[in-house]
Amino acid sequence: MKMIQKAELFRLFDAVSANEKLYIPADNTAGKAEYSVYKDGMQLSSQLNTVRSAKDFFFPQTENMADFQVSGKNISVEIAPRMDEDFTIFGVRACDAKSFAVLDNVFLGDPVDTFYQQRRLHATVVTMACGRPEETCFCTVFGIDPANPMGDVSCWETAEGYCFAANTEKGEKWLAKLDGVLFETDESTVIATKEKIHAITERLPLGNLPIEKFGNGDEMMEYFGRPEWKELSRACLGCGTCTFVCPTCQCFDIRDFDTGHGVKRTRCWDSCMYSDFTAMSAGQPRPTQVERFRQRFMHKLFYYPMKNEGLFGCVGCGRCLQKCPVSLNIAKVMNALSKGKEEN
Amino acid sequence: MQDALVPMLAVVTDIRRDTPDVKTFRVVSPDGKKPFEHIPGQCAMLSMPGIGEALFSITSSPTNEEYLEFSIKKCGCVTTWIHNIEPGQMVTLRGPYGNGFPVESDLKGKDLLFIAGGIGLAPLRSVINYCRDKRSEYGKITVVYGARSKDDLVDYNEILSEWLPGGDLDVQLTIDREQEGWDGHVGFIPSFVKELDPSLDYTVLMCGPPVMIKFTLQGLKELGFKDEQIYTTLEMRMKCGIGKCGRCNLGDKYICKDGPVFRFDQLSELPDEY
Repeated sequence: MKMIQKAELFRLFDAVSANEKLYIPADNTAGKAEYSVYKDGMQLSSQLNTVRSAKDFFFPQTENMADFQVSGKNISVEIAPRMDEDFTIFGVRACDAKSFAVLDNVFLGDPVDTFYQQRRLHATVVTMACGRPEETCFCTVFGIDPANPMGDVSCWETAEGYCFAANTEKGEKWLAKLDGVLFETDESTVIATKEKIHAITERLPLGNLPIEKFGNGDEMMEYFGRPEWKELSRACLGCGTCTFVCPTCQCFDIRDFDTGHGVKRTRCWDSCMYSDFTAMSAGQPRPTQVERFRQRFMHKLFYYPMKNEGLFGCVGCGRCLQKCPVSLNIAKVMNALSKGKEEN
Repeated sequence: MQDALVPMLAVVTDIRRDTPDVKTFRVVSPDGKKPFEHIPGQCAMLSMPGIGEALFSITSSPTNEEYLEFSIKKCGCVTTWIHNIEPGQMVTLRGPYGNGFPVESDLKGKDLLFIAGGIGLAPLRSVINYCRDKRSEYGKITVVYGARSKDDLVDYNEILSEWLPGGDLDVQLTIDREQEGWDGHVGFIPSFVKELDPSLDYTVLMCGPPVMIKFTLQGLKELGFKDEQIYTTLEMRMKCGIGKCGRCNLGDKYICKDGPVFRFDQLSELPDEY
């Protein structure tokens, strides 16, 4: 295990950013934590997590995929460049780090999405153990330990400094480049930090969500037909905020823009909460917000895990709890469905 | 490095008007060859940059070695644009997508009953012509096809010039209402199928508007057909065609990748949001 003194952290940032782009969570002008390109003097945010999830690094809100030139009846096409530079994301929390596994199953599954793949290959993910999980946190429900975040390198903040351990070959290479900046320490340095985190996670108010009730394919149709969906979805505005801040939501649209100098084909985030998502000239298979709302949660709690060896499409980051304007969220859905099941 | 979502170029070489709102487009690669091989029932994404991209069934048979054909009904932005093009127009193309019909496995050697309504013939035409070209590998083949009127029968010329005289198919046509110059059957498909009272030995391949599917399925089940012997193809909005963009998700399936061909016993285990 490697370590750096607290006041010296900037030396690590300087060393990394000398070679490649380094993103750290920093407070923006609105006072919220946001991944920003590290510049000299930038301070690491002390907030628990960023408003936007770390999925943006691999699956950005909009991206160009191809450029077309149209002249008369002819078309030419040029594929957009893929990421070709290494970069480091520092301070990713355990929940967001786990979300990459959820996204990988989608984008790296056959056929591979090369736009996503190249960003993944060029990124070194340095995670950070959560200092003080908040009451909206429930990552532990999904087997995630915020005291032991994964990624290429894990980092723990102790009273004296920051400790680092590599989890992957890429992480080892990243640490090796910092030989002159970090000093050796041993595993015992982070024991107190981990114990402090576990003391909090044991008491999280949402730490006992009834996850065992979900994910079983044999019960999918029963849950799909449950009467609770109507009442649960009644307040939903269909704004899509939950899907945008969600680290595992990955539905997208492909759209063309005529720039006047050619046509750009872009991919952008989309949301199953929108009526437009499934509307066709021939009809609308999800005509009301009840079906759209149900789709989002059935996907996370049944459809995705059924297809992906039990891995749930939620990592318990709590962003939807914090951001939904009408206080709807997956925790309420899980509780209502599980309670309804007991009563039935 | 290529990417699955970035299309190849293709050229529309021939356009045929089938009905007042359906045209069939012949598509080849820029070097004049068939763009790719496919299985009957599979689909491909056609697009015009700046207009949009949409998924269509490939209507030509895989046994056709020269080109792909798409029968397209004019009903939205992309289809309206494509109805206005002329031969020689380039388009973009990617695919093939989806599972297709199991012509080389489960359907082999079976008696096949095709039931199509309107533009629903499009995906089945590929299978019908494939089976005609490999006629000895399948049992009896019956095609029940209906449309609003005689003018709305897609590929009517092919039906008249090849399917009817060929003798290798039993073709039963119907139109919804009496029409001058039509001496064939008049009536809706569900009741026509019941009148025909097909043998329960048939495996059914059915495609058409949802209301036709609903009542024909009901009729077939009254005749004694089981869900396991009835196939259909589903349609939902799609953007990627490769099971990633999320919009054609039904349960743990993606229609674009795990479908569009399903048996009714498979569909009975999935949400009915299609």
